[in-house]
Amino acid sequence: MATPKSVPVGSGKEGRQIVVPGETIATGNEFLPGDGAYRDGADVVAERYGVLSIDAKHVRVIPVSGAYYPRRGNTIIGTIVDITFNGWLIDFGGAQNSFLPVSEVPRYINRDEMKEYLDFGETVVVKVWDVKSRGIDVSMKMRGFGKIDGGMIISVSANKVPRIIGKEGSMVKMIKDATGCSITVGQNGKVWISGKSIENEVATRKIVEFIVDNSIAHGLTEKVEKFMKELGLKANAPVEVVAENTDAETAEAVKEPKEDKE
Amino acid sequence: MVAKGIYTKRDDGRKFTEVRPMKAKVGIVPSADGSATFETGKTKAIAVVRGPRTLHPQHLQNAQTGILRVNYGMMPFSVEDRIRPGPNRRSEEISKVTEWALSSVVDLSGFPNTVVDVFVQIPQADAGTRVAGINAAALALAHAGIPMKEMVSAIGVGKIDKTLVVDLDKYEDSLFHDGEGSTDIPVVMTSRTKEIALLQLDGKISVDEFKQTIEMAKVACDDILKVQMDALKGVANE
Repeated sequence: MATPKSVPVGSGKEGRQIVVPGETIATGNEFLPGDGAYRDGADVVAERYGVLSIDAKHVRVIPVSGAYYPRRGNTIIGTIVDITFNGWLIDFGGAQNSFLPVSEVPRYINRDEMKEYLDFGETVVVKVWDVKSRGIDVSMKMRGFGKIDGGMIISVSANKVPRIIGKEGSMVKMIKDATGCSITVGQNGKVWISGKSIENEVATRKIVEFIVDNSIAHGLTEKVEKFMKELGLKANAPVEVVAENTDAETAEAVKEPKEDKE
Repeated sequence: MVAKGIYTKRDDGRKFTEVRPMKAKVGIVPSADGSATFETGKTKAIAVVRGPRTLHPQHLQNAQTGILRVNYGMMPFSVEDRIRPGPNRRSEEISKVTEWALSSVVDLSGFPNTVVDVFVQIPQADAGTRVAGINAAALALAHAGIPMKEMVSAIGVGKIDKTLVVDLDKYEDSLFHDGEGSTDIPVVMTSRTKEIALLQLDGKISVDEFKQTIEMAKVACDDILKVQMDALKGVANE
């Protein structure tokens, strides 16, 4: 297997190099194995299947398929599955459940009114606060996070989330402008669509599913625009994207600023 | 290999060291976290990976590491006579040995109290189903993004009468009874360190011949690894 000398940091189609577990991805003691890589003598070896990224001397493998692994700062959408004495357990479709302590919700909750605030089966948008091997801690304290009320939630593959968000949120913004629906994308592959009418929501859902089905296509934005026109929506290409300072790989979910419900 | 015995020519015209034509593909089951098929000749295996996910019942959980659970089964129509679906002695054994072979490369220490399920199904069998299943399972695990130290490749080698052969088919494996009969040795080899992750032996063989067959298996496993790598690298570049 050829050893790459240097590879552009995971951006652009040309720079994409897929690596397979056990493959030597860099040779030399100056390289530092990061996520999805380990050291074997002088070699840095891939431990996971994914796209190789060499940033200075830091070697990582970014997964392209498989289950969702939470990372700190991710926005996730999940369901309350248990209420403990000091918080809630949230199922977000990962290996472990996440824990939302009472102290991490926006207002003071009495022990005996936890069920009234968040009940079993209710769905919330939360931020990943800490990732431990035993489970993850989440928070709901910031703006844009909270209980989901109305609208619909669709499930997509977590690996397609960056395509739904688009570069710096351009794709989400385009869909929002065309349909008037608010879209919240959880990095765990759950998408919450909420609009004024059910027709708008269904149209938005179709667009999101279109993006997922065509996520490997080149010129995805143009294809989505065309698809929007077919649906009878007027699509405006994103003129200049408001800098959200997110790149596609670690993109934050883009949220419609909502008025606080509490 | 100069054949001195009665088995001087293979039924399908292959060389004695030649593997049947192989085909591999990943991502065939959209609902799974990882999936793959692997074919050698008429033998076909499908592997599906789900997880890591919370393991129930709780007493099976390991607080130090996640566990791997393999389920192998042949479909009722996979052979000429219908086989009764459901677990049997043979499928339980193959599930177990597949699990052990894969456990030597899979690292689930980052996911305590969880399980990674691997389901292997054989829709069409022509001998060598456990090795085809392991090849498919390794692909599916990689496709599911499970941390693995390296890949594994598997091949069946053996001896027919006095001839050493690679990748036995159904006729060679179970229908050849003339002369000294046939011996079947499934070998699983890791991709990087070239260690043996599984070795079973059914029949009889001398020590020297055994060493020779292992060398033949090594060569064949390199070919299989190439097919596996191409399958994994191909899908992502589409």
